[in-house]
Amino acid sequence: MKWEVVVGLETHAQLSTASKIFSGAATAFGAAPNTQASAVDIALPGVLPVLNKGAVERAIRFGLAVGGTINRRSVFARKNYFYPDLPKGYQISQYEIPVVQGGSIRIVSPTRGEIDVRLTRAHLEEDAGKSLHEGLGAEHRDMSGIDLNRAGTPLLEIVSEPDMRSAEEAGAYARALHALVRWIGICDGNMQEGSFRCDANVSVRLQGEPTLGTRCEIKNLNSFRFLQQAIEYEVRRQVKLIEEGGAIAQETRLYDADRNETRSMRTKEDAQDYRYFPDPDLPPLAIDDRWKEAVRASMPELPDVLCERLIAQHGLAREEAIAMTASREIADYYVAAVDALGRSSAEGNRLVANWIRGDLASALHRAELDVPASPVSPAHLARMLLRLRDGTISGKIAKEVFDAMWAGEGDADAIIEKRGLRQISDAAAIGKIVDEVLAANAASVAEYKAGKQKAFNSLVGKVMAATQGKANPAQVNAILIQKLGA
Amino acid sequence: MSPEPLFAASLAELARELGAKRVSSVELTRGALARIEALDPSLNAFVTVDPERALAEARTADARIAAGSAGPLTGIPVAHKDVLMTAGLRTTCGSRMLENFVAPYSAFVVERLAAAGMVLVGKTNMDEFAMGSSSETSHFGPVKNPWDLAYVPGGSSGGSAAAVAARIVPAATGTDTGGSIRQPAALTGACGLKPTYGLCSRYGLVAFASSLDHPGPFARSASDCALLLNAMAGHDARDSTSVAREPEDYARLLAEARGARPLSGVRIGLPREYFGAGVDAEVAAAIDAAVAELRRLGAATVELGLPAVKHSVPVYYVIAPAEASSNLSRFDGVRYGHRAASYADLADMYRKTRAEGFGAEVKRRILVGTYVLSHGYYDAYYLKAQQVRRLIADDFVRAFGQCDLVLGPVAPTAAFELGTKTSDPVQMYLNDIFTIAANLTGIPALSIPCGFTRGGLPIGLHLQADHFDEARLLDVAHRYQQATDWHTRMPEIAQRSRA
Repeated sequence: MKWEVVVGLETHAQLSTASKIFSGAATAFGAAPNTQASAVDIALPGVLPVLNKGAVERAIRFGLAVGGTINRRSVFARKNYFYPDLPKGYQISQYEIPVVQGGSIRIVSPTRGEIDVRLTRAHLEEDAGKSLHEGLGAEHRDMSGIDLNRAGTPLLEIVSEPDMRSAEEAGAYARALHALVRWIGICDGNMQEGSFRCDANVSVRLQGEPTLGTRCEIKNLNSFRFLQQAIEYEVRRQVKLIEEGGAIAQETRLYDADRNETRSMRTKEDAQDYRYFPDPDLPPLAIDDRWKEAVRASMPELPDVLCERLIAQHGLAREEAIAMTASREIADYYVAAVDALGRSSAEGNRLVANWIRGDLASALHRAELDVPASPVSPAHLARMLLRLRDGTISGKIAKEVFDAMWAGEGDADAIIEKRGLRQISDAAAIGKIVDEVLAANAASVAEYKAGKQKAFNSLVGKVMAATQGKANPAQVNAILIQKLGA
Repeated sequence: MSPEPLFAASLAELARELGAKRVSSVELTRGALARIEALDPSLNAFVTVDPERALAEARTADARIAAGSAGPLTGIPVAHKDVLMTAGLRTTCGSRMLENFVAPYSAFVVERLAAAGMVLVGKTNMDEFAMGSSSETSHFGPVKNPWDLAYVPGGSSGGSAAAVAARIVPAATGTDTGGSIRQPAALTGACGLKPTYGLCSRYGLVAFASSLDHPGPFARSASDCALLLNAMAGHDARDSTSVAREPEDYARLLAEARGARPLSGVRIGLPREYFGAGVDAEVAAAIDAAVAELRRLGAATVELGLPAVKHSVPVYYVIAPAEASSNLSRFDGVRYGHRAASYADLADMYRKTRAEGFGAEVKRRILVGTYVLSHGYYDAYYLKAQQVRRLIADDFVRAFGQCDLVLGPVAPTAAFELGTKTSDPVQMYLNDIFTIAANLTGIPALSIPCGFTRGGLPIGLHLQADHFDEARLLDVAHRYQQATDWHTRMPEIAQRSRA
């Protein structure tokens, strides 16, 4: 039997406002407990919510970026439940009418190529506080602490349609969404601090089956790797259960990264009745065309638009353009390096793109650094690429120069001078070295003359070694052929 | 002049006496405190009184008067309903849940009246969390009607109404969610105004039903209410339902000289629904007499219908409990207020805390509200109630196409005896049958005294106007009070004990 995996994601993106969604308290991460909780956040009697326009503006930005509908009128609702870190006894969210409906995110599937994942909706809501059950000190044994610093932090909950067919596609969607919210500056994307959290709805069905299988919601996925691992585990679990004659129960499951498994958290029967109703403290959220257009005017060029422009105007191949627009930071780096290289040409642009995808990406990965933290700046990279293009250094030497720049030895010219890496392009000097190599390797010469091409490569290697790799490889080849043919 | 004769004076008279330095704010405040001491053991109108704080505020007011920077309310004592937050002073909502809760901030209307220089002498008793029509559900015991201590003063703002009616303070604040200012005003012979929704910020008003809660003033005349409203109205960015409007002088029409028929051109609507069965005969007679008086003053009357208004009570008892069930969730014992002394786990802590902290009527409404919002019932109850609410609002839109004010009784009867309706919630709820529509629609409405029963209990006249038409509403009430003396009548208890 061939099973099809169906995944939809619910993502909570913390919006990058300085203050909370319904109060003036700061949203900064890591402050001492309850020092960023105002009267509104701790829900004193008599306080009222006042909507932060900055949060709305970010939601509009998102809606425009994904091509969704920005509702002219959306409604805040109360989701009622009791929990100690939910101070009002209800969460203010949007229920029947969200701020954004529809839209899509383009991803590259490893099996299906470029596909659009449709979005159901994106709605504004407030975060809850945190319950701390340990680390409160010996005198508070058996007690729980409540930290309300996070209470009231603005969130945009982004709900996708069940359009993904594998864990890889879910991972690609989550990465693309992550890149987008950072690209348009609405979320810092910090997954360790919980600024970007995903829950996955996973089900399986037989290939060709028209209806969806029963889904389970997987929570606690705080990295892209865990997201994929959890979905893979969950798919195996569901398939095994069905193949053994069991049935999937609709439930919420928690991912345990240490054991790489999902565990039942609550079943549908435990599901609470949240008694949603429109919040009478907040008038409906009205967004007119003027507001929408003002936000549109302040938006950066979107990644898919930039991607097409890099293909059409910069002469990049599609996969190069996709790589250069994978994140705001990579795009910024690419654009800065191309500008520093001067006199744009397709060949120069592709050289930049391939160095960013290649050596720079590897070095960043090894050092676990993000693009903005690269020790090699776009200007440094461009200066080195200039020396490569004007023949001062060879491609092989360029890698050495790059490593030296990474190690902080200064810019390319200084490193080339200090280390004496300038390429030898003097035909007489190369000819002298070729003569010495030919004289010392009579056996190889004989083999070459007997028709063995491998012997030629060995001779090139010896000449390059004699010049510490600095000889111009094209000239070495030409001179060798000339002298061997004589 | 000694302050004694001033206990029954109007706000304007008090301002004049203070301005002329014939009395000081400290003397007026001492007078109010002395009257609390003398009368409150009988009335139980106050939950908290802080003489030191009051006298300190009075001294500040006197300094302001001396410096020539006093306003029309500076130095005059006021009492606040105990559902309004007062920084540094206990705010209980008449509940065990908040028995020892000291507010760290003040409500908008409290701030406004403090900024105007009024002196806070105490917090007034009320139905628990403003849920009730008799002021009997308070954790601090029932409030008594100054006209007869065996009778209720109405509710939920019964303490404020009784304090004003007994001439303890010349002014007080209240809140009105279904009639909680107007009904106690009617039952005690005070004047009470529920302004347009959004005119006075709800910031710092401990929410009962957010879409229906209105703060407003109690005083002894419509003109005093106008002065208080001038200070209490205004936009507040902390309340998203607060309306941004140009400030206006709500007393501006009162001083216009208009001769013997000052209400010429005013059209008063008489809805059939307010003049039928269910209204006590003595109440009906007093209302008819008031209509005759208004006609004599030049007003024209228009008969009209408000067909959807009969659904007010059921609509209200879906929407108000629904909102209350959510609003009162914050009283969970976690951060402030009452918490059960011992409990097994979290669920047990919630259960015991709320079982102990809330009284029966509050629990009843939380249960009803939770039910009507529940999955599968929401459409049938809450959504339907909101649709009928819209129909009621449409009735008033049509009515105000034909008239300027809508007139009727505030309550179907005068005050009733303590304990007579506590066991029958529906009978209690029907007290608000005429007042609830103004909360559902947000229109301004007031209660002024218009007569007495043979038993000597006050009867209230209910006037409702279109949104933001407070100036005309107060003007008509004022003209009526210029021609009548019901509002100057004092209960015997007020005269018995002078400071």
